[in-house]
Amino acid sequence: MEIPYTVAVRPDTGLNNGKIAIWLFLASEVMLFGSLFASYIMLRVGAETWPAGATYLNIPLATLNTVVLISSSVTMVLAWASLVKGSFGRFRVFMAITILCGLVFLVVKYFEYSAKFHHGYLPSTNTFLAIYFTLTGLHGLHVVGGMAVNAWLWGPGSAMWKVDPLHFTNRVENAGLFWHLVDLVWIFLFPVLYLL
Amino acid sequence: MGPEPAVARHREGAAHEAHHEELGFLWKYVFSTDHKTIGIQYAITGLLFLLFGFGLMMLMRWQLAYPQSALPWLGALLGEARMPGGTMLPEFYNELGAMHGTIMVFLGVVPLGVGGFGNFVLPLQIGAPDMAFPRINMASYWSYFAGGVVMLGSFFVPGGAAQSGWTSYAPLSVIAGTGQTWWLIGMVFLITSSLLGSINFIVTTIQLRAPGLSYFRLPFFVWAQLVTSFLLLLAFPPLEGAAFLQLMDRIANTSFFLPSGLVVSGQVLGATGGGNPLLWQHLFWFLAHPEVYVLILPALGIVAEVVANNSRRPLFGYRPMVYSVIFVGFMSFIVWAHHMFITGMGTTMATFFQTTTMIISIPSVVILTALIVSLWGGSIRYNTPMLFALGFLPMFGIGGLTGLPLGLTASDIHLHDTYYVIGHFHYVVAPGSLFALFAGIYYWFPKATGRAMSELLGKIHFWGSLVFMNVIFLPFLLIGLAGVSRRLYDGGASYAHAQHVLPWNEVSSIGAWCLALFQIPFIVNFFWSVFRGRRVSENPWEATTLEWAAPSPPPHGNFLRLPEAHRGPYEYSVPGAARDYLPQWEPSGA
Repeated sequence: MEIPYTVAVRPDTGLNNGKIAIWLFLASEVMLFGSLFASYIMLRVGAETWPAGATYLNIPLATLNTVVLISSSVTMVLAWASLVKGSFGRFRVFMAITILCGLVFLVVKYFEYSAKFHHGYLPSTNTFLAIYFTLTGLHGLHVVGGMAVNAWLWGPGSAMWKVDPLHFTNRVENAGLFWHLVDLVWIFLFPVLYLL
Repeated sequence: MGPEPAVARHREGAAHEAHHEELGFLWKYVFSTDHKTIGIQYAITGLLFLLFGFGLMMLMRWQLAYPQSALPWLGALLGEARMPGGTMLPEFYNELGAMHGTIMVFLGVVPLGVGGFGNFVLPLQIGAPDMAFPRINMASYWSYFAGGVVMLGSFFVPGGAAQSGWTSYAPLSVIAGTGQTWWLIGMVFLITSSLLGSINFIVTTIQLRAPGLSYFRLPFFVWAQLVTSFLLLLAFPPLEGAAFLQLMDRIANTSFFLPSGLVVSGQVLGATGGGNPLLWQHLFWFLAHPEVYVLILPALGIVAEVVANNSRRPLFGYRPMVYSVIFVGFMSFIVWAHHMFITGMGTTMATFFQTTTMIISIPSVVILTALIVSLWGGSIRYNTPMLFALGFLPMFGIGGLTGLPLGLTASDIHLHDTYYVIGHFHYVVAPGSLFALFAGIYYWFPKATGRAMSELLGKIHFWGSLVFMNVIFLPFLLIGLAGVSRRLYDGGASYAHAQHVLPWNEVSSIGAWCLALFQIPFIVNFFWSVFRGRRVSENPWEATTLEWAAPSPPPHGNFLRLPEAHRGPYEYSVPGAARDYLPQWEPSGA
């Protein structure tokens, strides 16, 4: 039994199944992070004092991470575009860079976290640090998730390229959409937590 | 137009399946990716949880009817930590209350209505071979199962299960025992499950519709499931966010929901404070009000199918019903704070949410009215599914109407958090949603098994349930109007002003136990009919929608050949036609 439109596009909707599914998933992710941003607003509005981000956080490191993550989004697109043009070799290179960028982001985040812990800044210190650790922690989990998917597509999952190149290209595109969301969430997190 | 042929047809389906794929028992029935098997798994697990949640409630009813008296034999069985000497401890009563609500809503009604009926019926009704993502579908069921295991397991952790009500209001829930952490982890599994399921339902409905099945030829049930899926997709993530925040509060000692200077048992709590208890309520009800529609929309979908089929005439106002259900879906996202009128959130907010609440009642009334008018002039067949559907209409009507005073800020001040609220939403969910779900079980049972359930046992089940549902829930309204709080361990015995309504507690409890007795015919009927029920053809109800074009039970892949939709879903009693129904899949009418 074959499920229709896993790869081919349904004529009247103009989409395949996976494309709709990933956008719906992204919508739910927006609601998840949206609820946490809304919580941030409610907590901050209700607080008597609210520290500036720089009091606790390292803005240069976070700027570096922003650049790293945006670059990884670019290489992710290039990885997908390489497949569209039929160049599997270039896909491997760009996907590897994307995964490495994710890794760099996490390593920088690790140094940031350990510096906080070293100074005794914990989630329980105050509400600002509580929401900082919750939001960046949840975002970090998303980075790990995105990297896991990308690594699979780079490694064992890429066997599909030989059998069903269009299906594989679609998978890379959908993984890319998720990776862009992870990037986008950070682009909101960075100013909200570090700059405002 | 005689009765359906009782003769068993040659059942190609079952034979077909046997040599289709050689799967072991484990892969065919346990780790199945077939939407029908998953639907049945969901339905049976959901029914078991309903029974379990009902059991918790019957224990509570003992305490409410006869406060502080020892429960014979069962009390001793539950142990000294819960019921010393057979008398219930208040902590255990709170566990029962919180877990009854959680289990009935998240592990019972929703899995049965959405996971069970959605999975089994929706792909068949749109003429699809399966769901769009069969393996994600399986993951959805197993995530639900894991959530259920965590919830059940929480009864055995030190201090017992969650005790802060099904709403888990902060700060009470933040300072509660270990069971609350398990509750939150269980919820994360359940939310993951419904996320995976809802994406699957939406993609399936959009992409896998049979040729010719345009949106306005979809049965109303499919529309109801589609809107429900959007609610699950977009309303559940904020509760997941809230669950993370509460987990942080409990595990990492943050104070998202703890205000400054909170005093517990006479001591100031050593938390940083600065949090906002109302934030939890907002996040919770942002999910939980759409959740109310998740409980009721699949039920309305089932009733629409059963009513159209058994009144032998098209649904009255199919298009307005579809527009209404979409409108309900949108509106359900902006009514949540009507649960919070007396929290001190301010009159501007209250007025806004009062207005939206009155607006959302309009499309709900449109749907209910359309269903009632659909009966007008029909040739009604009073079979078991139809009886449950007909019972649903007035019961849901009572549930809806009793909700109006709760949606108005002035009358809500008196009624808030009383038994009246319990009466209101139990009328919506118990003789409302549950009756519709029973109607669905009796209606689609022949499709799932190739056999019909017993009409006699079904009718005993229906009449007993109808009577005793009302014996249970009508007293709630009276007790609530007298001002008795919903959360009292002694059922209001300590209220001087409520003494005159307290005898109703016992009436209600006896009703609950009688209701349990009347579920026995259903359980017997269910299992007996699976093996011994009368064999029926693939379209025993002479229905028009596509699921009846498949063999009963449908093989893997569902249809022997791809169905095509040639007309709308409810072409009953078409003038000039040879029969009183024109199935969607038959090329030419008459």
